[in-house]
Amino acid sequence: MRKFVKGNDAVMIGAIYAGVDAYFGYPITPASEIAHAAAEHLPRLGKEFLQAECETASANMMFGAASAGKKVLSASSGPGMSLMQEGISYLAGAQLPAVIVDVMRAGPGLGNIWPEQGDYNQAVKGGGHGNYKNIVLAPASVQEMCDLTILAFDLAFKYRNPAIILADAALGQMMESIIIPEKVSDTPDTDEWAVKGDLKTKNNLICSIRMDVDGQEMHNVIINKKYDEMQCEARAESYLTKDADVIITGYGTSARIARSAVDALREKGIRAGLFRPITLSPLPAKELNACATGKKIIVTEMSNGQYRDDVILNLNNKEKVVLVNRMGGNLPKVSVLMETAEKMMEGKA
Amino acid sequence: MIKRSTGLYEEFSRKEGTASRATHYCAGCGHGIILKLISEAMADLDIQDDAVFIGPVGCATFCYYYFDCGHISAPHGRASAVATGISRVLPDKPIIAYQGDGDLGAIGFNNAFQAANRGDNFALFFVNNALYAMTGGQMAPTTLAGQVTTTTPFGRDVVKTGYPLKVCEVFETLEAPVFIERVSVADTKRIMQAKKAIRKALEIQKEKKGFAFVEILSPCPNNMRVDPVKAAEAFTEIMEKTFPLGNFRDNSEKDIPMPADVPLKTASEITGGGREGITTKNDPSFKEKKFKFSGFGGQGVLSLGLVVAEAAVSDGRYVSWMPSYGPEQRGGSASCSVIVGGKEIGSPTIDDPDVLVAMNQPSLERFAPSVKEGGTLLYEASVKSGMEFPKGVRVIPFPASAIASENGVPKASNTAFLGAMTALGLLPFGDGNVIDALAESFSPNPKLIEPNKKVFEAARKWVSDNKQ
Ligand code: SF4
Repeated sequence: MRKFVKGNDAVMIGAIYAGVDAYFGYPITPASEIAHAAAEHLPRLGKEFLQAECETASANMMFGAASAGKKVLSASSGPGMSLMQEGISYLAGAQLPAVIVDVMRAGPGLGNIWPEQGDYNQAVKGGGHGNYKNIVLAPASVQEMCDLTILAFDLAFKYRNPAIILADAALGQMMESIIIPEKVSDTPDTDEWAVKGDLKTKNNLICSIRMDVDGQEMHNVIINKKYDEMQCEARAESYLTKDADVIITGYGTSARIARSAVDALREKGIRAGLFRPITLSPLPAKELNACATGKKIIVTEMSNGQYRDDVILNLNNKEKVVLVNRMGGNLPKVSVLMETAEKMMEGKA
Repeated sequence: MIKRSTGLYEEFSRKEGTASRATHYCAGCGHGIILKLISEAMADLDIQDDAVFIGPVGCATFCYYYFDCGHISAPHGRASAVATGISRVLPDKPIIAYQGDGDLGAIGFNNAFQAANRGDNFALFFVNNALYAMTGGQMAPTTLAGQVTTTTPFGRDVVKTGYPLKVCEVFETLEAPVFIERVSVADTKRIMQAKKAIRKALEIQKEKKGFAFVEILSPCPNNMRVDPVKAAEAFTEIMEKTFPLGNFRDNSEKDIPMPADVPLKTASEITGGGREGITTKNDPSFKEKKFKFSGFGGQGVLSLGLVVAEAAVSDGRYVSWMPSYGPEQRGGSASCSVIVGGKEIGSPTIDDPDVLVAMNQPSLERFAPSVKEGGTLLYEASVKSGMEFPKGVRVIPFPASAIASENGVPKASNTAFLGAMTALGLLPFGDGNVIDALAESFSPNPKLIEPNKKVFEAARKWVSDNKQ
């Protein structure tokens, strides 16, 4: 079945089919529609919705419900994401699954409510204290707002780790037609680690404290090994990259703009291609190198080069990378991407 | 070592080092007594196998060494938020949270306060020793006036640092808590009363009657730097002047208020209402078309865009719809961008529309200059504007509001514009798709379908009568 829906509503459709048990969140533009949908739908499914007093509380309420092996969701944007970092670090430390949607707006500080991608480092590099990583997924369409929410729950439970959907205000507010999933996901078996108030799980312990230094070090080694293993989950889309001379890479809304630029460049006879990471953590480094090695590379993003830095870090042959970015709620322009690509092809950039 | 209660583990094997049957608390510490009282009550009430215990940060972080039940170790100050979270998904299980005075009274006060105000279903034990114990005897919100701590070396100056926080008294102002009591574990007589209150709170939790709160005045001889017996005596005397003992509320015999029922639905019922059998086709030859709809908020600008978008979807096109949102709408103006394409849509925002519909003066003046050369500008004819229109753009003043009013639906200007767009051939899909989408948009209020169709037809007629 097809339905024309808003990106933020698609997140909740995905969450419903992922079998979400509880939503804890605090209102913030441009993510609030996710809370509205959760408030409307979850009680009807016999599930829990609670408007928390702040995002610090939402993250810790998630921590509590996730401890019982439940599927928990929250959504927020810049300032609220900052408040959640405490809880996210504890979720990672206690190896608890949770899905958090960041509908990015412009920052720093209060910034504004228009789309930006300035939370990249916060999401991808951990964001809170300690040696941990989030799983980070980057939807670029309303369909992916739904589908990647389901995938986020799968991966969060598979690896017992917080997963972040790194969307932006444009993706949250826009509508597109999506195919509605058909089947609600199964409930994973969590008796081995969760605390459910029953005999079976009575001796389980959810904690992130280890007073013994070697024990704490070992815990870090274990969770970091887990992050290495997650590399196999890396996903990317390569569009017209095979014969491309110039690769434009970006994620989320930036990737949509890059796609338009690639099409327009092709019409002018310039062989351009798009590399779009779908997972930002793990970053699809192998796939990036497979399509970008030896080519001219443009990175486009709605931030100050945060994603560009990771592209540079992961290019085996250290190709030159040109950044086309906008911030503050502005979107990169197709025309500027085209001019940049044309100049590079002429050897001028 | 304290006398064993069956509410505790046989051996404290989670505790590192030797003496696996002794606690880590200092001699004379109130926590040790409270541990015993809670564990005895848990055992008596037979709730250990079902209970989940949420420990704080501080000297009591290690509750999970001792109580024989399921454990969660919460972040500093967040035990109440964590307890709220788990109590919402395990509504039948006894949930017990334990917090110190820095943990609950300072960093986590709002979390505890809001949980109390919501009447979240857990028992909360609040251990008040008037300072931060584990971090080295600093001032807590509960520190007494004049009390010397490591961060109030001259004694707590209430003018600069505020007065001792009386949490029971604050919580008593709230409607939801079922039980509130302040007790002390400073001597045997007081311990007997503490035992009763703790048991009561756990009973309430066993029966899932709501939020029960017990504040326990508990000496910390280590930070008071006196011997345990003296600490207890001095403590009782000074503390109870500021924090009088007693029961503040016991509603445990009253009926438990129940939340209103919400009728249940299935996932497919909730996400239904879409259409079967529509496939989006890749058609590179189709030239992408960009529409901008703008006007006052109440003019149905967003729904006009939505009808166009839905019609395009039903024709198998790729479509994006992007609204103005947030403060953009506050001034009363609204706009949306609709892009119709034969392949995946790139940016959902529009800088240069092929078609602009402007229903009021501010949006006409704001967006008219952006219309693409060769594009069309359709605007409400009653709008007076002295502006110069861009060259190479087909400009059509259209009397939408007059047509809507003449046909009995003054609010249907947007439908009139829709009719005009079809008659002008501005929509790259069949009129049937548009009419279906228009009818569908009124499905919550079917009475409006026919009057709107009338407006739609009248608008089409106006266009054919006024062919330029
Ligand atoms: S420092 Fe104080 S509160 Fe902590 S264990 Fe020792 S006596 Fe008890």
